[in-house]
Amino acid sequence: MLYDVVRTEEKMLAKAADRKNIDLNMICSKDLYLDLHKDYQEKFGDIVLQRCVSYFRSIHITAFLESKGVKVVNGLHEAFTAGNKLNSTLKMVNAGIPVPKTYLAFTQESSLKALEELGYPAVLKPTMGSWGRLIALMNDSESAESILEDREHMFPIYQNYYIQEKVKRPPRDIRAFVIGDKVVAAIYRISAEGVWKTNTARGGKAENYPVTNELEDLCLRAATAMGEGLFGVDLMESPDGLLVHEVNNTIEFRNTVPITGVDIPSLMLDYLIDLKH
Amino acid sequence: MKCLECEGEIPIPEDVIKGEIVTCPDCGVSFEVHKISKDSFELRPAQVEGEDWGE
Repeated sequence: MLYDVVRTEEKMLAKAADRKNIDLNMICSKDLYLDLHKDYQEKFGDIVLQRCVSYFRSIHITAFLESKGVKVVNGLHEAFTAGNKLNSTLKMVNAGIPVPKTYLAFTQESSLKALEELGYPAVLKPTMGSWGRLIALMNDSESAESILEDREHMFPIYQNYYIQEKVKRPPRDIRAFVIGDKVVAAIYRISAEGVWKTNTARGGKAENYPVTNELEDLCLRAATAMGEGLFGVDLMESPDGLLVHEVNNTIEFRNTVPITGVDIPSLMLDYLIDLKH
Repeated sequence: MKCLECEGEIPIPEDVIKGEIVTCPDCGVSFEVHKISKDSFELRPAQVEGEDWGE
């Protein structure tokens, strides 16, 4: 298992490996230096579980290891696709999966034109990023102008404007966990008091959500659109049914395990063992 | 282990892993367990959230 920081999830995985007598080698990315001319299959073993919390570091290491013939989960294709909201949304649009109406623009002016077409309120998201960071609610053209102006002074990656309708939904969304070809658990993420975002990293509360056939079908289609591996699929309950608004590549499950009773880390390891065989 | 910020006592779990985050119960500052040999380790201020951190 490759990691940057040992969080609750990495400890849960290490404990699950202990219980299953799996020889799990914990490799801290900060200790790594990699020789592009060397073979690394022996050092990294049969399969690498990619748990780096830094997205850019994780895709660089995954690219390196895959080029050396090491199997990494999630793989580079999946990390590129799920790790970028534009890539993942396009894959889902092409697969006919219902997603919120979304535009892409590259300047303040063109974004405001897109917003005129889309209507307010709308949400501006960085194409790469997580935990609700820098996601901005634009209630009207004045707030949109201010937010976009701020972005114009930021690093250029934040000037790829991914603009999405603000879906009329209850103050919650659904996070479902896909391991291979199974949806193993799902939770409601309920917004904290006075907060419109639902991310548990932003204080959102978790409640069990029994997996329905509709949810399972949608999540498996979304996961397949990304590739294959381990995914967290986020859905919203719109007036027209479920919409998938995000697919996550390095799943966090510390709040889900106690609420659902599903041993997600064990199931993740079982999946990796099956892949090995 | 003494907190580098307030000198409070930070409990270190027996099964501590290099890279694990521990938090001082007195002042709430988080540290990363940096170096572990058999019986020794050191704490460094933890990076709480990087710009590209997440799921």
